[in-house]
Formats: sequence, structure tokens, C-alpha cells
Amino acid sequence: MACVFAGIVALVHVTPETLQPIDAPEALDVTLDPWNLPEYALRTTLRMFAALFASLVFTFTVAPLAAKSRRAALVVVPMLDILQSVPILGFLTFTTAFFMSLFPGKVAGLELAAIFAVFTSQAWNMAFSMYQSLTTLPAELDEAARAFRLSGWQRFWKLEVPFSMPGLVWNMMLSMSGGWFFVVASEAISLGDKNWTLPGIGSFVSVALDKRSMPSIWWAILTMFVVILAYDQLLFRPLVAWSAKFRMELTASAVVEDPWVLKLLRRTRVLSIIMDAVGNFFAVIGRMRLELPKFGKAGPARAPSKLGDGIFYAITAGITAYAVYMIVNYVASNDVGFADLGEVALLGVYTMIRVIVLIALAALLWVPIGVYIGLRPEWARGVQVVVQFAAAFPANLFFPIFVILIVRYHGSPDIWLTPLMILGTQWYILFNVIAGASAFPGDLQEAAKNFRVGGLLWWRKVILPGIFPYFITGAITASGGSWNAAIVAEVASWGDDKLQAHGLGAYIAQATTDGNFAKVVLGVAVMSAFVLSFNRILWRPLYAYSTRRLTL
Amino acid sequence: MDGHLPAAPLMQVANCRQSYHKDSANDLLVLDDVNVTINDGEIVALLGRSGSGKSTLLRIVSGLLKPTAGVVTWRGAELNGPADGIAMVFQSFALFPWLTVQENVELGLEALGIAKDEREKRAEDAIDLIGLGGYESAYPKELSGGMRQRVGLARALVVHPDLLLMDEPFSALDVLTAETLRTDLIDLWSEKKLPIKSILMVTHNIEEAVLMCDRILVFSSNPGRVASELVVPFPHPRNRLDPAFRELVDSIYALMTRRTPKPQAAMQTPAAEAGFATPMQPVSTNLLAGLLETLAGAPYDGRADLPALAGGLQLEADELLPMGEALQLLHLADLADGDLIITESGRNFVHADTDTRKVIFADALRAHVPLVAAIRRTLDERWNHRASAVRFRDELEDHMSGDYAEETLRTAIAWGRYAELYTYDEEAAQFSLEDIEPAA
Repeated sequence: MACVFAGIVALVHVTPETLQPIDAPEALDVTLDPWNLPEYALRTTLRMFAALFASLVFTFTVAPLAAKSRRAALVVVPMLDILQSVPILGFLTFTTAFFMSLFPGKVAGLELAAIFAVFTSQAWNMAFSMYQSLTTLPAELDEAARAFRLSGWQRFWKLEVPFSMPGLVWNMMLSMSGGWFFVVASEAISLGDKNWTLPGIGSFVSVALDKRSMPSIWWAILTMFVVILAYDQLLFRPLVAWSAKFRMELTASAVVEDPWVLKLLRRTRVLSIIMDAVGNFFAVIGRMRLELPKFGKAGPARAPSKLGDGIFYAITAGITAYAVYMIVNYVASNDVGFADLGEVALLGVYTMIRVIVLIALAALLWVPIGVYIGLRPEWARGVQVVVQFAAAFPANLFFPIFVILIVRYHGSPDIWLTPLMILGTQWYILFNVIAGASAFPGDLQEAAKNFRVGGLLWWRKVILPGIFPYFITGAITASGGSWNAAIVAEVASWGDDKLQAHGLGAYIAQATTDGNFAKVVLGVAVMSAFVLSFNRILWRPLYAYSTRRLTL
Repeated sequence: MDGHLPAAPLMQVANCRQSYHKDSANDLLVLDDVNVTINDGEIVALLGRSGSGKSTLLRIVSGLLKPTAGVVTWRGAELNGPADGIAMVFQSFALFPWLTVQENVELGLEALGIAKDEREKRAEDAIDLIGLGGYESAYPKELSGGMRQRVGLARALVVHPDLLLMDEPFSALDVLTAETLRTDLIDLWSEKKLPIKSILMVTHNIEEAVLMCDRILVFSSNPGRVASELVVPFPHPRNRLDPAFRELVDSIYALMTRRTPKPQAAMQTPAAEAGFATPMQPVSTNLLAGLLETLAGAPYDGRADLPALAGGLQLEADELLPMGEALQLLHLADLADGDLIITESGRNFVHADTDTRKVIFADALRAHVPLVAAIRRTLDERWNHRASAVRFRDELEDHMSGDYAEETLRTAIAWGRYAELYTYDEEAAQFSLEDIEPAA
């Protein structure tokens, strides 16, 4: 597992060497005039769309490949698994440097870097979701598609994409919140003594921070609010409602009212004509036979060629070993030794304690609230929409407000910067707990009431086991996001006031500012190791336990 | 109608063998030396118990699965993957939930690359033929089970296949719906309105096979073989209550319960190893007790004709036979000539109270189910009276497929728990003697 990670670091680590001093491109001045904000917002949104499109293309190519080729799956699956849990924010500097070196002095490089950053926050779990859908294709639908001899292309559009759709849309939505976070972070990058800004909401905020302009920050938050509201209402609500059509269950489930945009699309004549045209276009695409090279032929699984496997494993192992060697070599040759490793590991422990404490606090706060709301169906729906919205809002926009308060009251950064890490990710806990409590069977509730189970006993024996699987799902997402956020949350500045907590995130951020790539690599590697072992040792077993014992 | 035409057969399966590859050297044989011929203009049934490999054979005939050995000849050429002129109807319908009825029916035509106008025309014809007119724009989830299977039929018929394959097409439907669908299909067949030449259907329902088919191939299990072949001489429409019809059903029951020499081996001491690995199907002890009570009571009074028993209990042969076999394994009842006969210990069981029943059941288990006896013996020998289920599963898997091993072990767990021979901790996958009275 760690080897695969090493490969990724190795890929990006070559970039600093190609890095030449680049003059900051001109015409990228960001001004604090609120009237510029609509334009900035539009640019930021376009970046999001570009990244989303790239993620879809990535998903549609990589997921089927992994699902159909055993050897590809051997590499792709662990890679996706790791990439979706590793703190990608730490790589931001490498990728920016890489794209800048591709287009020296051009805005295109920066744009691509920003889009790529958003892409890295979305693509992995989307691809993973589709891969999982493809591996769980119902056998009878697969047989029907084969028996009626659909071509590979027809099969893809008639069976594979529709079947993956609900999971894919859901993951796309989850990715979005990460995406906004990243696009904001990636519009203002400083690398060593270089500062690059791309016109957008993120850079607007970063300029506002430098200039200590509180009103500008409020303007930015307001703009973001409008943008996300529009995004959510115009794109995702309709998309989620529409994707319900692709659910596998053959029973008509509870009818959920269509979101207003979908109603509008379905009822307005002009719009529905346009939508039909779009639908027909895809139908025509799906109908084309287009004989693609077939991966799976009819018949029993051919006995896999042992020799081919051997060669494949050997090459894979060889590449990873080389990558590990390169990283170690690179880090070691930059005056970073074992002492640094120890220091970084210690900082990692600090950050880990923060994450654990935060998740525990968030659980204490949100589990009771979530249960309370979830058991009241008339509230749950409305609140869930709000919570989803809160999760999508890039929490880093709120950081300045906290920073100002800390500066004013001279709070200890080690303690007071900590909540920032969970600001954006706590919503996953609340959201899932609400979902779990609403799904809690009515007859079990009635049984508990009938036997007059109350107080602590009710929490211990009735509701907590009932929502546990949901809570774990939320906590896994929240914890992953918090690690990621540590990189931006453990360091903050307000004009000339710099706040820095002790932690791995601050270490990486500091190394980035210093332009010390060896230290960044080391920091990110250690953080990845922490996140991965955190997942393996804590979350996986808990999740396995909860699905085994506590699902109905 | 009798199908013995001099012309070349439509499809021929010769010396077909299918085995599943396992890690160790011993492959698991599902089908062994199967020969099947399908001629023009006949309906053929593959009748057998679940796990007899009949569905596997259907998948081989459809080209979805390539046999390990043997040749399938279709229209005079070797079959290689799904072919033109073969269409399939699935047990679970296999409709695409995101496509409307019309789109589902058009699926096979689209795959053939047929132009839009003709496609729509043919789809509408098939939809009308099968009685779905008016439902064209409905989604499968809006339809009842019977309607869904009609869509499945229309989807298969629309490509005008020479051979229609049906995999237990009515088994997921309720009794009334299934009957309507069967008669509708047979009516269309008799009136020669179906654009097909022959039908091959898989079923475990004996009456269904006798009602619909011209020829019945009875499968035996482990490994699947064609045990016997019967010609059904009655003209359509057939009457289920006709004595000749009943007689044929009875004789097929007798064929299917005919003792195979295998389970007998379990009783001999030297073959204890083979007995250890007798596959068992998980039949709940409640069902066994209920069946014994029914059997002992009126009107059967200890001896029941299986078709009558199945009818009375509203069970299908496929559901009743495993129960009968379980009782036979435990020597609580006997299967012979299509009858189920209660034994002495079976009668004792019926008349006993709950605790005594458990004792009788426990004695039967220890005497006749080597796996349960072995588990208990191991627990008695261990100082901590604990044993992991994994080792038993591994041993079972040396003799049978993973699924069978799992089922057999589940059965041993459930029966042993009921008999209070041991307890089982699901989380730790461990047998133990906790809370169990010392062995009597």
C-alpha cells in the first residue's frame, strides 16, 4: 500500500527540479472592489466545472478499466483507495510548480494547476464509486446484456453508466465540498518567495487577509453563499432526484417530490423540448454499436497466464521500489535526516490528537442533535438540505473571522486554531446521524416505548447501536477531511499577524512557504502514513464491525 | 408435436462437462457427460433439484458459458458465445430499471442494429402479442411481477429467435399469476403465434413441466446428469386433474426421490470421512417438526404421497424434497417411491414435549450426522471446550464447493444449537459448550 503512495510522491517530486524562477504573470492583479466579485465567482465556478468534467472523463475510463482487467485493478484499486484518503492539499505546491513549468509565465499554467487541484479532490472517490458499482453489477442484467449481444459501447451506456449513476452522483456531490475548498486554496499559491494569484474568490480572500479588510471578507462569503446556493439548486438537487430513476430496486419507493428546477424542466414546454433533445443525443450515442475492443469474452474465466502475472508483478514491484528509492534519496540529499523524521512524527502525533479530540467533541455535540432531528421526519428533510449546503461551503472562507478573534483575545493558536480543522467536515457527522435516525425502524421505536425503555438505557441499547453504522460513515469522512484541512488550518495570518500551531499541517505549510521541497515531501509522506494507518487500524475495523453486527 | 422429425436437430449438446476450478487439484464437477438434443417444434423441460446444474446447462446452451468439455452445435455449427436466434427469459426478469417497457423490449433489436422504424414496429407487435399494450411507456418498477415477466417474454420474442430459453420463468411469481402466464404462453404456442421454433425451459416444478412440455429431461444432482427422459404424450390444453396427468406427475416424483447409493455410505463406519462431507441443506428445525407433525396426523397417518403432501402444504417439489431428505438423514422419516414414511423415532419425536424433542433430535444428530458428532467430540476433547468453525469449514471445502460447505456448516450450526449440543458465537466464529449441560 505504502509503495503505491511512494509512486505518487515520486511522480510529483521530479517537478521541483524543473522549476525555474518564473515571473509572476501580469494582469493577474486581484483588487478588493466588491463589484469584481461576480466575475471572480464566475471564474471560480468555471474552474469547478472544468474539473468536474475532467473527473468524469477520468472516472469513465479508469473505472471500467479496473473493473474489467484484473491486472489493472491490482494497481488502480489500491491507488484510488489511497488517493482518496491522502492529504492531497499537501501536493498542491508540487502540482502548481509542475503546471507552471509546463507553461512558463502563462496564466494557463496557473489555471490548469487550479483545475487539477480541484480534480484531485473529486476524481478518486468518483472513480472508486463507479468501480464498486461495476463490480456489483447484478448478474442477471449482465447476462441479459450478453445474451442480447450488446456491443461493448452499448453495454457501457445502457448498463454500466446507468447502474453506476446513483452512487456517482452522490459521490460527485460529496466531492463538491472538497472541490470548493480546493479551488479557494489553489487560487492563491505562494511558493518560496513567489506569489501567484488567479482571479477568483479564493485569491480575493487572500488579498483581503493581507490588507486586513474585514468587509471584503464578508463580501466574499456572501458571494460564495449565492454561488453554492445556485450550484446546489440548479445542478445537484435535480441531478440527485433524476438519478433515483437508476436505482436498482424494482419496487416503487416512497415518492419524493421533485426539486423545483426539475419540475420546471419537466413542465415548461420549451425547456422540456431542450432536455429531450439532450436526452436523445445521449440515446443515439448509446445506440451506436461501435465495436470496441472487448475485455470480457463469453465463457469461463480463462486460466490466467502465470507467466504474464509474474512479469506484471515484477514490473510493478520494480517501479515502486525505484520510486521509494528516489524519494528516500531525494529527501536524504537535502539535509533532512532521521532527526527530522522523528520531529515530523511527533508533530504528526499532535495533529492526530487534535483530530481525535475534534471528532469526539463533534460526536458529543452532533449525535444528540442529529438523533433529535432525525426522529422528527418533518424536520429532518429540511435540516438535511441545510446541512448538505453547509458541508459544501468552503470552510476556509471563515478562517479569517476566527483568526481575528484569536489575535484580538490573544488565544493560544495550539488550542484555538484547532476547531478550524473540523469547521467544514463536522457536517458529515451530523448529516449521517440524521440519516441514520430517520432510517431507524418505527416498530423498534414503538417496542422501546412499549417496554418503557428510557434515559441512558435507551441511548445505550436502542438508538446508538441503531445509528452507529451511519455515524461511522460520517466520522470517516470527517476525519479524512480534517487531516486535509490541517494543512491550511494550523497556520493562519491576518495582515502581519501570523498564527501557527504545533502540528504536521503547520510543518507542511511552513516548508511550502520556505520552498523546502524535501521537507514538504517528508511531511506529506508522514501525514499520508498517519492517515492510512488511522484508517486501517481504527476506521476499517469499526466499520466492518458495525456493518456486521449493527445493520438490520 | 412429438418432435421426432427426420430433419437435423436445432440444437445438440454432446458429452458436455462443466467443472469449476478450485485452488487445489480437485475440480468441482457440476455437469457430467450431458447429451441433449432439441428438435424443431418442441418444448423441452430441464427438470431437477436446485444445484443439479440445470441452470448451468441453460447458460451453456445460450452461449453465456463455455463448457469445460463437450460441443454445443447450433444450426449445424459449433456455438461460440451468444448467437443469433437464441433468446433468453430470466428467472428474475433481468429488466433494466432505467428503461421503459418499450426500451427494454427494443434492447435486443438495438444490439442487432435494426433501424428505428422497424424496431418500433416489431416492439409494438411483441408488446401487443404478449398482452402488454398500453404499458409501453411504463417503467418496470411500476409493473407487477407477472407484467414484468411479460416484458421479459416480449423482449425475447421480439428478436424472433428460433430457440427460446427460459430459466425458471414462473418461479418468482405467485401461483395465480404463474398459471395465467403459463396458459397464455401455451395458447400462443398452440395457435402458432409465437415467432419461434422451439422452447427449452428450466424448472423445478414437476407439474409445470408436465403441463407445458413435450419432453422432460430429469436431472440428478452431484454432479448433474440427465437421469431419465420422458415424453409427455398429452395434447394441449392439458388437464391437471386428468388421472394420466397425475400418474405421470407421481412417477416423476418417484424418479426424483429414487435413492441414490451415496447417502447410504454415511451409515458405514469406514466411510465416516465421506459421511462427514455429506452436503446438507439448511432446513429449519421448526419446519422439520411441523412436517413430522403433519405427517403423523390425519389424513396421512404416517405415510404421505409427496405430490399430495406438497399440494396440501402449498410447497413445490423443490422445497419439500430437501425437508424430506433431512428427515431421512436423521432417520426420522423415510423416502421411498414418491412417499414419505414416518419412522419410530419420528413418531416419538411428534409425541414428545419440547425438552424431550431436543433430546431425540440430539441423539439423531449424533448418530446420523457425522459433522455434528465430530464438532461435539472435538469440543468435549478440548480443555476449554472451544473450537473454531474455520477448521470444519476448511475440511468441508476439501470435499465440496465453498457455497455448499458454507450451507452445510450453517445447517450443522442451526441443528446443533436447537439440540443444545453446543453453542456458537457468530462474531468469533467459534463453537463452545458454554451454557450447555454436560453430555448425558
